[in-house]
Amino acid sequence: MSRHTLSVLVQDQPGVLARVSSLFSRRGFNIESLAVGPTELPEVSRMTIVVNVEGLPLEQVTKQLNKLVNVLKIVELDAESSVQREILLVKVKADLESRSHILETVQLFRAKVVDVAQDAVTIEATGAHDKLAALLKVLEPFGIRELVQSGMVAMGRGSRSISDRSVRPSEKFAQKNQ
Amino acid sequence: MSTSQSASHEISSESADMTGAQSLIASLEASGVDVVFGIPGGAILPAYDPMMDSTKVRHILVRHEQGAGHAAEGYASATGRVGVCMATSGPGATNLVTPIADAFMDSVPMVAITGQVPSASIGTDAFQEADIRGITMPITKHSFLITDPAQISQAIAEAFHLASTGRPGPVLVDIAKDALQAQTTFNWPESIDLPGYSPRTRPHSKQIREAAKLILSSRQPVLYVGGGVIRANASASLRVLAELTGIPVVTTLMARGAFPDSHTQHLGMPGMHGTVAAVGALQKADLLITLGARFDDRVTGKLSSFAPNAAIIHADIDPAEIGKNRAADIPIVGDMAEVIPELVAAINAEIELENIGDYAGWWLQLNRLRDTYPLGYDLPTDGSLSPQYVIQRLGIISGPESIYAAGVGQHQMWAAQFIGYEYPGTWLNSGGAGTMGYSVPAAMGAKVGCPDKTVWAIDGDGCFQMTNQELATCTINDIPIKVALINNSSLGMVRQWQTLFYNERYSNTDLESHRFPDFVKLAEAYGAYGLQCENHESVDATIEKALSINDAPVVIDFVVHRDAMVWPMVAAGTGNDEILYAQSLAPDWGSDD
Repeated sequence: MSRHTLSVLVQDQPGVLARVSSLFSRRGFNIESLAVGPTELPEVSRMTIVVNVEGLPLEQVTKQLNKLVNVLKIVELDAESSVQREILLVKVKADLESRSHILETVQLFRAKVVDVAQDAVTIEATGAHDKLAALLKVLEPFGIRELVQSGMVAMGRGSRSISDRSVRPSEKFAQKNQ
Repeated sequence: MSTSQSASHEISSESADMTGAQSLIASLEASGVDVVFGIPGGAILPAYDPMMDSTKVRHILVRHEQGAGHAAEGYASATGRVGVCMATSGPGATNLVTPIADAFMDSVPMVAITGQVPSASIGTDAFQEADIRGITMPITKHSFLITDPAQISQAIAEAFHLASTGRPGPVLVDIAKDALQAQTTFNWPESIDLPGYSPRTRPHSKQIREAAKLILSSRQPVLYVGGGVIRANASASLRVLAELTGIPVVTTLMARGAFPDSHTQHLGMPGMHGTVAAVGALQKADLLITLGARFDDRVTGKLSSFAPNAAIIHADIDPAEIGKNRAADIPIVGDMAEVIPELVAAINAEIELENIGDYAGWWLQLNRLRDTYPLGYDLPTDGSLSPQYVIQRLGIISGPESIYAAGVGQHQMWAAQFIGYEYPGTWLNSGGAGTMGYSVPAAMGAKVGCPDKTVWAIDGDGCFQMTNQELATCTINDIPIKVALINNSSLGMVRQWQTLFYNERYSNTDLESHRFPDFVKLAEAYGAYGLQCENHESVDATIEKALSINDAPVVIDFVVHRDAMVWPMVAAGTGNDEILYAQSLAPDWGSDD
C-alpha cells in the first residue's frame, strides 16, 4: 500500500462531498484525509484526498470518481513535485518545569504557541505529514491533552495552475489506457 | 446510445409563465416523453394536475411503484428510448429503489421523478419524507434535488441527456412540493451545461489499428459480446464484423439478441449457465474481443482461471469498466456504434494488405464441443411437464419477432438458453441485479412501447407473486401482455442450489404454489384470461390459444416438474473449466488443447 494525494476539482453544488466520500467507501477505499475549500474559480471547489492504495485500485477509484457528473478534474500530486501541508492544533500539559522545553520544541519545528493557560499551552503547527508526526512524537512525553488535525492540502510546484488546462474531467488515467 | 430523445423533437424556445408543475410537464413533453408510469401522492400531487391536460404524455397508473420502475425499464429496453417513472415522496420514492438499482446494474436509460416534501420541511423528518437523493446516490448515474421552480426544466433536460448518452443509466429528479406549486417562467434550455460530463464515444484510431492487427494474427479469437452492443444499437455492424472475420461469437445474458442465435458463428451464451461451446471457447481462446461487456463474475467464474491464455481487447463506453476485473492488453474507450464500424474498416485495410486471419483449426475444436455438448434436457420420468420443453415450444411458436421478458431464476436461464433470439431488444431481463418481480411490469412497459408486438412475461411462481398486481394495470389500460408462468411450486434456483450444495435440505423454498394461489382464478380476478397446462400434449394448443387472445392479458399456469435443473453449470466460486454439462458430467475438452 502506498499513499496517494489526489486533487479533485468539483462543481460547488450541494451533495458533492457526499457523492465523493460515499464513492470511496462503496468501492472499499479508506480515505486517510480529506480537505475541501474554494478555489480561484467561482463555483469550483477543490478537494484534496489522501488514500492508501495500490496503483491498480487507485486507477479504478479515479475512473469511478471521473464518472461523477460534478467532478471536473482529477490530478494526482506526488510528494516531490508538490507542496503538501497539514495544520494541527495541540494542547500540551505545561507546568513551570516543562514549559521551557516545550517552547524550545516549538521553536525547533517552527511552530507557534497560540494560547497559554496556567498548566497548558496550545501549539499551532503547519507542515507536511511527516514533520507533524515528528512534532507530536516529541511533544507526547509532556502529555497531550487535546489534538486536532486538518486534512492535507496540496498544490503542484512551478508556475502552472491545476486549472490551466480546460476544467474537464482529467483523462489522465483514461489516457494511460489509450 | 448516441442520440438523446430531445434531439428529435421540436422545442418551443418561447418562455411562458406557469407553475413549477406545469413546467415539469412541459419539460417532459419537450423531452419527447410519450408515457410515464407512476402513482400520485401528497408531494408529487401538484404535478398530476397538469399531467391530466397533457395531450402528449400518457400517464399509466400502476399498482406499486416498483411496477412503475420496472415498466419504465421494460419500455426503455424494448424501444431504446428513455423510460420514465414517477412517484411521491417517502415510501413512494423508496419503492422505486429496487428498479433504480436494477436499471443502474443493466445500464437502462431511465428518468425517475419523485415529489419531495416542501423545501422548508426538508430535514425535519416530515410526513413521508425520505432523502431519496441520498438513498439512491450509489445506484444512479446522477441525481438532482430541485427546490427552485426555475431549475425544473434545466434539470429535466440534463436528466434525459445523462440517462440516454454515454453509458446509459437511471437519473433521479427529486422535486420539492413548493417548487411544483410556485409560479415560474418556463424556458426550455437551448444547451446542456454539464462541464464534468463528456462521454468519449469515438475510439482512439491507433488502438483500433492495433486491435485489428491482433485480431488477424490470433489463432483462437472469440467475440465476447455484452449488453453494450444492444444499448448502442450496434447489432448490424457486429454482424458485419463477425462475418468479415469468421470469428466465433458468444453473447452474454445481457446481449442475447445482439447476434442471431440462428447464425452458424454463434456459440450461445457464456457464463454460469452458458453452453459448453461458449464457455469452452472463452477458456481456450488466445484472444477475447470484448465488446460492451464487463467481465461479470457470472461470466468469468473464478477470475484467476478465466480465459487463462487469452490476450484481451476490451472496448467499452465506460473507461471504468476497462481493467476493472481483467487487465486489458488493448483498451478501447468508445461507443460500440462507432467502435465496431471502425474495427471493420481497420480489418478491411489489413485484409487488403493480405493480412488474413486463419481460424480453421479453432473452428474444428469448437464445432466438436458444439456438436458433442448441445443444450438439452431430460423429460421428467414421471410424465409431468418439463419446464424447458414449455419454454422451448413457446419460443418456437411465438417466434423471434416476439418480446420475452423474464423474471429471475431457473425460468430466466431456460428462457435465455432455449428461446432463439434473432433481434436486439427482444430479450429483456434483470441481469446484473437479479431482481425477482421484474418480468410482469417490464413486459407491461415493453408492450406499451411496442404495442404491435407480442410480449411475453416468462415468469416463475415466486417472481410472479412479487409484482403480479400489475395485471390490473394491464387489463384496465388495455395492455394485453401474455404471462407464461413456469410454476414449479418453489423458488426453483435456490432449490437447485439446495439440491446440489445443501444435501437436498429444502429450507424455505417450497412455495406450495401448485395449491395456492389458484393462478387461473387470480388471473380472472384481474380481468385477464387464465389458462392452465399440465402435460406435454396440450402445451402447443395452450400457447396458440394465448396467442389468439388480444383483448386482455393472458396468464398460462404451466404446472411443471419441480426437480428440473439448469444445466450446464459452473458452480459459484469455481473456475469455468469446472463446468458440468449435466449433474456429475464434466465435458471432455479433447486432447488437442
